[in-house]
This record gives sequence, structure tokens and C-alpha cells, in this order.
Amino acid sequence: MTSTSTPYRSARRAGRDGFAQVLHAEWTKFRTVRSRLIGTGAVPLMLVLFALLAGAGGNQQGSPPVPVGPHGGPVTDSFYFVHRPLGGNGSIIVSVSALRSSIAQGPGDLRSGTVPWAKAGLVIKKGTRQGSPYAAIMATGSHGVRMQDGYVNDTAGPPGRVSAESPRWLRLDRSGDTVTGYASADGTKWTRVGTAQVSGLGPTAQVGLFVASPSVAGGGGTAGSVSTATFEDLRTRAGWADGDWTGGQVGAGSPSFAGYPRNASGSFAGSGDRFTVTGAGDIAPAVRDSLPTGGHLRDLLAGTFAALIAVIVVGALFITEEYRSKMIRLTLSASPRRGRVLVAKAIVLWAVTFVAGAAGAILAAPLGERLARDNGVYIFPVSYSTELRVALGTAALLATASVLALSVGALFRRSAGAVAMVTVTVVLPYVLIALPFLPAGVAKGVATATPGAVFAVQQTLVPYHQVASNYTPYYGYYPLAPWAGFAVLACYAVAALAAAAVLLDRRDA
Amino acid sequence: MSAQGIVVAGLRKRYGATLALDGMSFTVRPGLVTGFVGPNGAGKSTTMRVVLGLDAVEEGTALIEGRRYRGLRHPLNHIGSLLDASALHPGRSGRDHLLWLAHSQGLAARRVDQVIEQVGLIPAARRKAGGYSLGMRQRLGIAAALLGDPPAVMLDEPFNGMDPEGIVWMRGFLRSLAAQGRAVLVSSHLMSEVQDTADHLVVVGRGKVIADAGVADLIAAASGNRVAVRTTAGTAAMRVLAQAGAAVAAVGRDTITVTGLSPDRIVGLLNECTVAFSEVSPHRPTLEEVYLELTREAVEFRTATPPEEVAR
Repeated sequence: MTSTSTPYRSARRAGRDGFAQVLHAEWTKFRTVRSRLIGTGAVPLMLVLFALLAGAGGNQQGSPPVPVGPHGGPVTDSFYFVHRPLGGNGSIIVSVSALRSSIAQGPGDLRSGTVPWAKAGLVIKKGTRQGSPYAAIMATGSHGVRMQDGYVNDTAGPPGRVSAESPRWLRLDRSGDTVTGYASADGTKWTRVGTAQVSGLGPTAQVGLFVASPSVAGGGGTAGSVSTATFEDLRTRAGWADGDWTGGQVGAGSPSFAGYPRNASGSFAGSGDRFTVTGAGDIAPAVRDSLPTGGHLRDLLAGTFAALIAVIVVGALFITEEYRSKMIRLTLSASPRRGRVLVAKAIVLWAVTFVAGAAGAILAAPLGERLARDNGVYIFPVSYSTELRVALGTAALLATASVLALSVGALFRRSAGAVAMVTVTVVLPYVLIALPFLPAGVAKGVATATPGAVFAVQQTLVPYHQVASNYTPYYGYYPLAPWAGFAVLACYAVAALAAAAVLLDRRDA
Repeated sequence: MSAQGIVVAGLRKRYGATLALDGMSFTVRPGLVTGFVGPNGAGKSTTMRVVLGLDAVEEGTALIEGRRYRGLRHPLNHIGSLLDASALHPGRSGRDHLLWLAHSQGLAARRVDQVIEQVGLIPAARRKAGGYSLGMRQRLGIAAALLGDPPAVMLDEPFNGMDPEGIVWMRGFLRSLAAQGRAVLVSSHLMSEVQDTADHLVVVGRGKVIADAGVADLIAAASGNRVAVRTTAGTAAMRVLAQAGAAVAAVGRDTITVTGLSPDRIVGLLNECTVAFSEVSPHRPTLEEVYLELTREAVEFRTATPPEEVAR
């Protein structure tokens, strides 16, 4: 039985045994199954489709325009203003001896309480048009004296609450475009709080007293408020003559102002150097809470939800289908270095999904914005670089989620289990975040520790410390920075991939 | 010799309480078709998976050209295999199935077209493999095994699902592979499938080899000193011969086999008792019978004893 024939010699010369070949094989596998191409093609389709729906959905044509500040962002510029035009340079002084606030507990039910960012003080403003340049110095409900300008700038002055026993003197000096704010406990010894360069005040600005009282945030909602301040010792100096004061509400009907609580209204009373002023509203950047009709980029990319499900299925099936058909044995016998197979699959999947996601998001975002604006819907503005970050971040989110699904698929070796598991860990946080009633602590936990933290890449809204609001993921404010949120998902995906590689190597195929 | 072909030595593997491989050892030599036969569950597929580095063993080694599979750089250039013809994505065409496999070995699409032609799959190559008959899938699997033009080929139940024409083609194909000097291992649970193809047989049962010999040697050894008697009076003949101390068994409609008596003695006894018979000759068992004899012990789940098989 000894063989007499010469053993066969393969005519195939052994080429290089590179990772590139495993990669090439996995790419060929990916592109030669139509259902996978359809699943990946669904990603840009979903993103664009949802952007079109979201953009076309709202119609706010005819509603008053959203006031925009000198920085280009939306602002709240609604407050009670007791003012008169004053030309050239000058100085204005007043003492605030009381600031009392009431908060709406229900319809028509006003109860006195603390509004931390209730404001009473002096303002110099180009005019009464909303969004015009200004600088102001004020006493606040519980943040002491503040000097503010340009809607976003805020400088802290002496702390403390005002009362009849301890009034606070405030002073604003104008010298050209330079406005300086001072505070004093006695009206003689002044402390400089801040200096602002305010361009565009014009030769004659509106100068006077103001009271603002923003909504109070809490428990996921907001409650309207109204505040009343007592001003004494009002005088103008250094070039500004005395005259009569007129009072009125600035920005009464504005998308960024919820209006006065029921049974309350703005007013002023008094004469000479003593006034009592009641007002509501704020002079501040608008946030998602204070501009409820405004949309932001995340709303337009709602298709991420549908695309996510598609990429999870494609990712998991990329390996579980091989287990189901037992083709995995052919794969692993062709490439016995098993870890390479998994990494090659991950790279192919990530790259393909990223390209599909980027194409979709780059197309969807401007398209949706355009449609929304054509319908009169205000979209929180973003810079080009932010828009690009959101688009690429969304693509990276989808790509990394698909790699997570692949890894879990390799661990479970079953499609249903893997798809269910990854859907629960990534899509469920998305759904939870979209629930307005979720307690803020839970929502922030979900957006920090779960793979759902990745949705921070779609964050475009900026929280402001001087605006009390519900800065929760529901409103589009995430606890983590965009790429930090992405890193959380990436960590999950890498950990799952590593675990899958170890098990793939150890288990019988 | 050890550096050529496939050498399996002392494989031992357990799945829970079941001992799947119990010291499995054999060699597949170049230039021969080695039949790997045994009942279902004897450990044939497990052995093949171990050879391909897919399953780990507790003990033993499996070497291809003297090397472990998982250390091979381009494994398909060393050994081609077909474990499960249905292990493919139904949505992918046969050609694309071979294409990804070729790319994994750094082979060009040209080589894919060559093997497609070699197995006669050209008309179906660009159709979705999900629509293939089992016979076509077997051909596709063979094409995959040949992709790297390997000196060793290992096929698990390649005759399954093939029509008679396909079986004839497969036999010729396997013979030609061996004639080129390749080591060919073909498993089957049906001896009839390999008896006209194999030069050498490895018969296995319960995870170990129970016979490892050339086909001719095996038949000669298995015939023992049995004698076949052709008679229409089978019952009477069996009674007479059993009384004389022989072990008798009915093997066909008018044939019985006798162990423990010489042909001369049998003729004498039958004549004495006037039992008619037409032929008494030394028994030439078919390979099927040899196989059944060898694996009788090893079959784990047997059906009830056939009625014509009478005990001594």
C-alpha cells in the first residue's frame, strides 16, 4: 500500500500572508450580499427622509421672529423698561432696596418665592428693538450684583441679597462704546464690576431702569414668574440731563418669552427719584427651554434612530449569519488567525457604515435646515465646523454601534440575541433620553455611563450658567462633551470586540 | 512519509459526558483515496474539524505535511476541505462565494474561474447559491477545496445529495485527484459510496479506528473461514448445520453463511440429511458486510435485529 506516485506539488505559489488579504476577503463578503447593501443604503436614506419630514413638519410662518443678538444666537430680550433717550456720554445711578418675586404655582395662583436670576438694575441699550446691543448692571434674586452685556457675557459683582436695610447702589457710565458698571453699598464708595465694549449703541441710547424675571426651571418643567423692585435715588450725571421717564414692556409677544403669569402684568409707578417697577422676562441668551418653538440639528437628524436599527442588524448579521450557515468554519479554516478575521470584519463594517452615515448626515442636515427655515421654523444656528462635527459624529456613532453589534454577534453567535442586546444598550438610551418625564438624574446617568452617551455627538446647544433651565439630554444638553460621549460608546465596542476575539480564539468553531 | 499527507495521532476529545474522539489515529497518504467510514456519530466530522484547526482536542495531534493547521500561512494551498456543502450564504452567487475565499488566500479571480470550470459549474456560477441543488453545492464545495491547488484534499460526505450521474463524476474526480499524487480523504457513513473509489479504508466507530487497511486486504481478512451455501431449503439447512455445531446466518433470499465447518463437511452433512443445495463455496463478503461486521460493536443506536438474521 506504499504510494508509488510522487506527492503532489501545488502550482500555487505562496504569496504574502497579509492582513490585507483577510480585509479583502471580508470586503468581498460584505459587498456580495445584496441584503447587506440594502441595509447600509437604508442609513443615508433614513437620515435624509427623517430630515425632510422634520423640516417639512412644522409650519410657523407668520409667527413673530425670534430675536437674535449681536453674537448671532437667539436671545430672550423681554423685560420691563423705564427709560428715556440720552445722547452722548453720561452716567446714571440708582439704588435697589427691594426685589421681590412671585412664582406661578398654577393658573392664577401666584406665590412669593425666590427667582435666582430675577434682575433689577440699570441698562443702556441702543433701542427698544429686541436683540439690540446693550450693557446692564443689576441686582439679582440670589446671584448678587452682575454686569452683563451682549446677552452672553456675565460678570459677577458683590454678592448678597438686596433689602431695605442693605440696599445696593448701581451705576453705569457711558464713554463712547465703553460702558462701565459699578456697585456700592452706600452710594459713595464704588467698586468697579466690569467694563464692556458695546458697539452700535448709537449717538443716542435708551437708558433707564429694568426689571426682568425669567421662568423658574424645576422638575422637568418651568413656571412663570414676575418680580417687583423698588428703586431709589435715581439720578443722571456727567452730561445726562434730568427728564421724564416712560415705561413699557420690551418684547411682549416674542417666541422666547412665555409672557406674564395670569393675573400679573408689567408696570411702573413713582416719580422723581423713586420708582417701583414690576416686570417679567429676561435679557439673556435663549435656551431650548425658553425658545420651545425652536428646533435644533438633533431634531433634524431623528433618522439616526431608524438608521441605528439598520446598522445594528447589518453588523450583527455580518457574523451571526456565518454561524447559522456554519460558513464560519470555512472562514476560520481559510484564515486560522481568528482575531484577524474579527478585526477585518470590524474595519470593513466601520468604514462602510461611516461612509453611508456621513453621506446621509451631510446631506440631511442642511436639507432639513433649509426646509425648516422655509417653513418659518427657527433652527438654533450652528457654525459650519459644528455642523460637520455633528454629521461626522453621527456617522461615527452609527459605524461604532454596528461594530458593537458585530462583537456581540460574535459573542452570542445568534442574530436575535445580539440584535436585541445591542438595541437595548444603544437604542433604549435614545428612547429614554427622548422621554420628557425621565428624572434629570437618571437621564444624565444614562447619557454618561451607557452606550447612549454617544448621542452627545449631536449636541449643538450650549448651556449658560446665567440662565436657569432644564439642561437635560431631553432638551439637547448632554452631560458629556461630544467626543467624550463618543468615546464611551467606543470603549464599549472595543471591549466587546476584544472579548469576542478572545472567545473566538478559544471556542470550537 | 510523516512529512506528507495528513497524519492524525491519538486524538482525544470529550463533549460533556460523551467521548467523541478516543485515541483516533491514522494516516492519509499521497496518491491514494482513503475512505473514512463509520456510522454516524463515530467521530469522522469531529476528526476533520480537528485537522482543520477548528476544534481543539485534549490530547493528540493532527499534522498536514508535518505542520499544524493553525500554523499554516495560506492553509488552502496545503489542504482543501469540504465539511458542509450548505455552509454558504444563500444570497451570494457561487462565484462570489469562491471569490472571497480566493481573496483570503491572495488568489486572483482567474483562479476562481478555473476551478468553476473544473467542477463543471459554469452555467450556475453567477446565480445565487441559495437556489443550488445539494449536488451543485457539493460541486461548489469541491471547487472551494481545489482553489489553493492543495496536495491534500479532505471531503466530508461528498456523495450526499448527488444524483447517480454526479456520483459517477465524483468518483472519477476523486480518482484523478489521487492520480495526480494528492492525498485524498473521503468520509462516508455508507460503505457502498466509497468501495469503488477508495484504495485504502479507515473504519471508525466510537471515536477510534477499528480497521485501517487496503480495501483488498480488508475483504480478504473479513471473509474468515465462512462458507456460503445457496439453497432453497434454507431453514432445513440451517437446522442441520447448527446441530453440527456451526454458526449459521441467512444473508439473502436463498443464501446462508456458515462458520465453523469446512465446505466438504457441509456438503457431506447436507447430503446425509437430503437437503437440496445448488452451491457451496468460500464466502466472499461485500465491503458492506465487512463494514457492518466491523462496526456492529461500534454502532451506538441500532434498530431492532432484522428478522432473517437468526442466531446460532
